[in-house]
Amino acid sequence: MFYCILCYNLESEIEAWTREKEAAVMAKQQAVAHQLATEGRLGPVGRLMPTTTAMTVRASREPLVLDGPFAETKEQLLAFYLVDCKSLEDALDVARRLVGDTGALEVRPLATFYPGIGLQ
Amino acid sequence: MTEVAWIGPALAAARPQAVAALLRYFRDLDVAEEAFQEASLRALKSWPVNGPPRDPAAWLIFVGRNSALDELRRRNKHVTLPDDDVIPDAENNETALVERLDSSAYQDDVLRLLFVCCQPDLPATQQIAVALRIVSGLSVQEIARAFLVSEAAMAQRITRAKRAMQESAVAFETPGPVERAERLTTVAAMIYLLFNEGYSASGGEAHVRVSLCEEAIRLSRLLLRLFPSESEIMGLTALMLLQHARAAARLDSNGNIVLLDDQDRRLWNHALIAEGLVLVEKAQRLGIPGTYQMQAAIAAVHARAARPQDTDWGQIDQIYAVLEVLQPSPVVTLNRAVAVSKVRGPAAALQMLEPLAQPLAGYFHYFGVKGALLKDLGRADEARVAFNQAIALARTAAEAAHIRMNLDSLDT
Repeated sequence: MFYCILCYNLESEIEAWTREKEAAVMAKQQAVAHQLATEGRLGPVGRLMPTTTAMTVRASREPLVLDGPFAETKEQLLAFYLVDCKSLEDALDVARRLVGDTGALEVRPLATFYPGIGLQ
Repeated sequence: MTEVAWIGPALAAARPQAVAALLRYFRDLDVAEEAFQEASLRALKSWPVNGPPRDPAAWLIFVGRNSALDELRRRNKHVTLPDDDVIPDAENNETALVERLDSSAYQDDVLRLLFVCCQPDLPATQQIAVALRIVSGLSVQEIARAFLVSEAAMAQRITRAKRAMQESAVAFETPGPVERAERLTTVAAMIYLLFNEGYSASGGEAHVRVSLCEEAIRLSRLLLRLFPSESEIMGLTALMLLQHARAAARLDSNGNIVLLDDQDRRLWNHALIAEGLVLVEKAQRLGIPGTYQMQAAIAAVHARAARPQDTDWGQIDQIYAVLEVLQPSPVVTLNRAVAVSKVRGPAAALQMLEPLAQPLAGYFHYFGVKGALLKDLGRADEARVAFNQAIALARTAAEAAHIRMNLDSLDT
């Protein structure tokens, strides 16, 4: 079974971290990731850019494009896509094609990306 | 000590929101600051034992407000109060208190707090110093170091600035759309000043000043989270990210300025560039051109070029043309002339400089650009005169050293 592990934290607090703290947190996670990779069970890993770069495409008669991250609390995270896009507009086009009759899609660029070892 | 190392960033991150909300309650900066200090002290006692609260800002506002109210009552009515242990336990009330705190008020609170620092009668450096003290929570010592003045002098400046702020009446009711837009513009300008204060530094003080740039970016991101559809705040954030991305390549090992064309682009911070480029695109989608966006768009063209010769100078020329309309100024025209020199040659650019001679007679960069154009045209004697004028107007040793290098190259 594949498991998706999503990281949540207070963004403003991460921004206040010192370089040492940032390095320590990354080192801890990288050690775990490295271990998983040698065991052949690590898929793609990505760090997202800050929420300030995010846009949201919400289902409507015409899909509604909103500035900012997905902010509602009544809906739940159900799936994710990782798509290679030329530009933000390109990514929004993909999201417009994907959006259903209800719900919303947050579009957010990746800051760093590790492709993993290719899970089957 | 290491187990509680997370508390520092947690307090720093919550500070703008918490102090801003306390300012709304008490309408007095000193009371708000003291309340936050008191709440922070209690956090240092409580959080290591109970773990971090779900919403640190809300916790600090709640505890800070209660302790300040107690303090005010104690001073005014001489009533006996319960001791610390019986004072409201924020932990148990957290769910209720998060619901009670109106999160939509936060954006106006933080904006007001930043706006309070932007007293028009205060010199720009004092506005910045006071914002660093109150909003960012930097110590007086840290601010003094960044501004290369003594701690006592900085303390005095901040006290004086705060007095001026207390005396001027700041509206505490919810601002209307027009007022909110005005406040955003003023605050954005202050944040950019803060950034430039850090960016313009060179040599020995450079490492201290980098933190000013980072603080400016942090404040700008904070504003953008609160006002996610403001294209100029996107533009401002992008502009600073794109400029700051070049920090490691801007100065050589002797502290001399390295011009864009000569910078080692591998030293650029490509993560910051990527973020800046997304924000430029995001801002442009809204179709409301503004000066920060335009400057960010120019920085974006430079950032996209893998090598200097790949720079799309034609596009830069076009963006400057828009900027000349939005914000006509001789400095903008001077910058456009540099782009024109790359597209249509130094003669065309030199012609653009002619009407600028008067307004930019005291401007270092005007003579630097003029000298470079004359040099390119093979007019060495005139170039020498211009470079010498530039040296006389240089504000930092690094600026002067750079022009001297140009002068030396004339002799070879």
